Amino acid sequence: MEYAIELKGITKSFGPVAANKNINLSLAKGEILALLGENGSGKTTLMNMLSGIYMPDSGSIFIDGKKVEINSPEDSGKLGIGMVHQHFKLVERFTALENIRIGIRNEGRFLHGADVRKKIEDTAAKFGFDIDLDKVVANMAVSEKQTLEILKVLCYGAKIIILDEPTAVLTVQEIERLFAVLRKMKEEGHSIIIITHKLNEVMAISDRVAVLRHGEYIDTVVTKETNEKTLTELMVGRKIELNIERPVMDKTHPLLEIRDLTVKNDEGAIAVDHINFYIRGGEMLGVAGIAGSGQKELCEAIAGLRKIEEGQMIHEGESIVGMSPKKILEHGISMSFIPEDRLGMGLAPSMSITDNMILKNYNESKGIFVDRKTARIEAQKVIDRLEVVTPSTETPVRRLSGGNVQKVLLGREIKSGPNVLITAYPVRGLDINSSYTIYNILNEQKKKGVGILFVGEDLDVMLALCDKIMVICHGRLQGVVNSDHTTKEDIGLMMTGTVNIVNKEGKTDGIAKDSAITDEEGKA
Amino acid sequence: MLDVFTLFLFNIIVYNIPLLYGTTGEIMIEKSGSLNLGVEGTMAIGAVVGYLAGAKTDSLFVACVVSFIASGLVGLLFSFLTVTLQANQNVTGLTITTFGVAFYYFIGNALSNSASGWPKLSGTRLDVQSQAFEIPLLSKIPFFGKALFSHGILVYLGVIIAILMWLYFKKTVPGLKLRAIGENPGAADSLGVNVALYKYTHIIIGSGIMGLGGLYMGLNMGGTFEGSNCWINGYGWISIALVIFANWSPAKALLGTLVFGFFNTLRVQNAALAYTFPDTLGWLTKIPSHFFSALPFIITLIVLITSSLSSKNKSGEPQAIGRNYYREDR
Repeated sequence: MEYAIELKGITKSFGPVAANKNINLSLAKGEILALLGENGSGKTTLMNMLSGIYMPDSGSIFIDGKKVEINSPEDSGKLGIGMVHQHFKLVERFTALENIRIGIRNEGRFLHGADVRKKIEDTAAKFGFDIDLDKVVANMAVSEKQTLEILKVLCYGAKIIILDEPTAVLTVQEIERLFAVLRKMKEEGHSIIIITHKLNEVMAISDRVAVLRHGEYIDTVVTKETNEKTLTELMVGRKIELNIERPVMDKTHPLLEIRDLTVKNDEGAIAVDHINFYIRGGEMLGVAGIAGSGQKELCEAIAGLRKIEEGQMIHEGESIVGMSPKKILEHGISMSFIPEDRLGMGLAPSMSITDNMILKNYNESKGIFVDRKTARIEAQKVIDRLEVVTPSTETPVRRLSGGNVQKVLLGREIKSGPNVLITAYPVRGLDINSSYTIYNILNEQKKKGVGILFVGEDLDVMLALCDKIMVICHGRLQGVVNSDHTTKEDIGLMMTGTVNIVNKEGKTDGIAKDSAITDEEGKA
Repeated sequence: MLDVFTLFLFNIIVYNIPLLYGTTGEIMIEKSGSLNLGVEGTMAIGAVVGYLAGAKTDSLFVACVVSFIASGLVGLLFSFLTVTLQANQNVTGLTITTFGVAFYYFIGNALSNSASGWPKLSGTRLDVQSQAFEIPLLSKIPFFGKALFSHGILVYLGVIIAILMWLYFKKTVPGLKLRAIGENPGAADSLGVNVALYKYTHIIIGSGIMGLGGLYMGLNMGGTFEGSNCWINGYGWISIALVIFANWSPAKALLGTLVFGFFNTLRVQNAALAYTFPDTLGWLTKIPSHFFSALPFIITLIVLITSSLSSKNKSGEPQAIGRNYYREDR
């Protein structure tokens, strides 16, 4: 087979984190290759090395059989590679024509000179694009912007086209149209890589599928000879035996009930779409979903940091909708969110452990002066109880190792004695031992009768640790499953939107039998 | 009576053309996505170095070239610090202002106290070359002719630069690429535009233009160095505000210069106006002169407040302004 692209032994690290480990990948001429993997599996990083945004630490790239070095996006363009980025690389203030014009070479120095417009219109007609070249990008719908991005790379004469999650922002009809364009491009002899984690789309459009997991290359399979179940297994991996304790507690009434919750993200799109769930005391509810499925917005909504569009949030019989974050905290709901960069939310990196303790309960000290003495004692308590490794209570948090930072954050949240604890990615980036310490802390809280919402990444861990797991996909509830009666594959299928069990046997998932919300309230 | 108005308009132009230089120079830099707060310092260096070179060689042309190069070098320093080393643009710009103004005083004081003394302008060929001359025919237009078409060469050069820059942004591909960098450097980079090269080039040229404005101020003040008063006298700061007033358009910078210039000239001319029209404008004498001195800065303040209140007024603001671009940022 003739290959348009061959990648051999590609490795790329960001600091200590390896995003791509020794990856081999090949794209045949005139085929559509789907690149499959969970978020954080290194798909985009790998493709950015082809588009010249990143440079590989080691390994080699072959285009049409020739070894090449791609040092910049310009090199990439000259080799005939065009990438449609997930976050569009468009100048919002410019018209479609101007956006395309930036990258056109050899057409003189004056705008609107030559027959640039004609050329673009010809290309658009050839692939059946319907686009207004004089429309300003800021006024375009998402699908129009994407069309423009694709037209752009075609106008630059790209023969190899990479699309990074092109369907994430499109409606079903728009996806159909996109696929028609991709097939047309394939007919014209273009080679295409499409990144996605929706299995039905992979099956529909691709010739072969390459799978990445945790930055490693797993396998490439021919689409016709595989099925969604096999692909899910390749994507999430086989079950790993974990020795995580899961104490079984007597469950109390629902502490926190969420009904029909709808929340928008920063861009104004729906991030959480009519989600129902409840947490009982002494129970740990896992939240599984591909990254960016609305986890962050959900946590922020409950903590009062994000305005909700619709729905109810009842905590111990009282609505917490519209309460200030401080009020919610006093109500007994505590949140610890570990973002990708770990330090972003919750802790002030340059301040000491003591100061970070004060951040949460500064208002408890009397008068205008900060009560540092009490805070120091509390910091020491957290250090002792959670075995935080630190020279002193006055060490800046950023000097601690990742595990210890997360212990401090969690320690501060449980210190106030909440009865609902929301924790997102508490073991993100931690080694096994630190992770187990965190699990123990959470289990201890559970034994005390605290209801815990555990937003996690690793399905094996969630199956071992959580009592129930709620699965979301693109902000929608796919179902709530009991950890003892489910498998990783089932959850994987729900995460990718293939399976939805919300309305099985006439019963709606996520609504408690002894709910404090009456039917009328629920409907309202 | 007509003469007073003609003189007023004439003075608006004579005194405020440096603002046009400063503003257009800053617009060019800001369009590349960099915010350079060092206008005052850049103008000061362009002024003192350009003037001394011109006095030495007795040539306005040499003065202009050296002024452009000297302040261009300041732009190179700014580019190196912010583009290559990714330093904070605000801090770097402020540093350049501090450095530039101090450099002006340092050189000025040193020369004034030396045996040869500070070079004088009056009577030299440089002085003659920078003098106003009347453009035939055009300057004979009644009322406007004298005010608009009898200036020194640097006045016309400033206007020409503004018009050329406007065309450059609007009509050329490099101009389009420059604007793309200011809006979204990631997008421009992904299309193969050399972001660093564009930033370097335009920051250097923009700084050079500012330097010419500084040189003009020096010549306009008769080239006399006063130990207590810098030639630039805050015009660099007003230029930064004028960029916002002009909505990042070199063409509107012309208008902005006239509007600011009006208030600036009021400071000098209010007594003459009151004397000529005692009935209608006599009240001008009752206002303390300090108020007129402060007026341009008060107007600057008002412009900044009103333009910050409405997002529509900032439609020309480059979206990526003030942020350094690093390709591998995630």
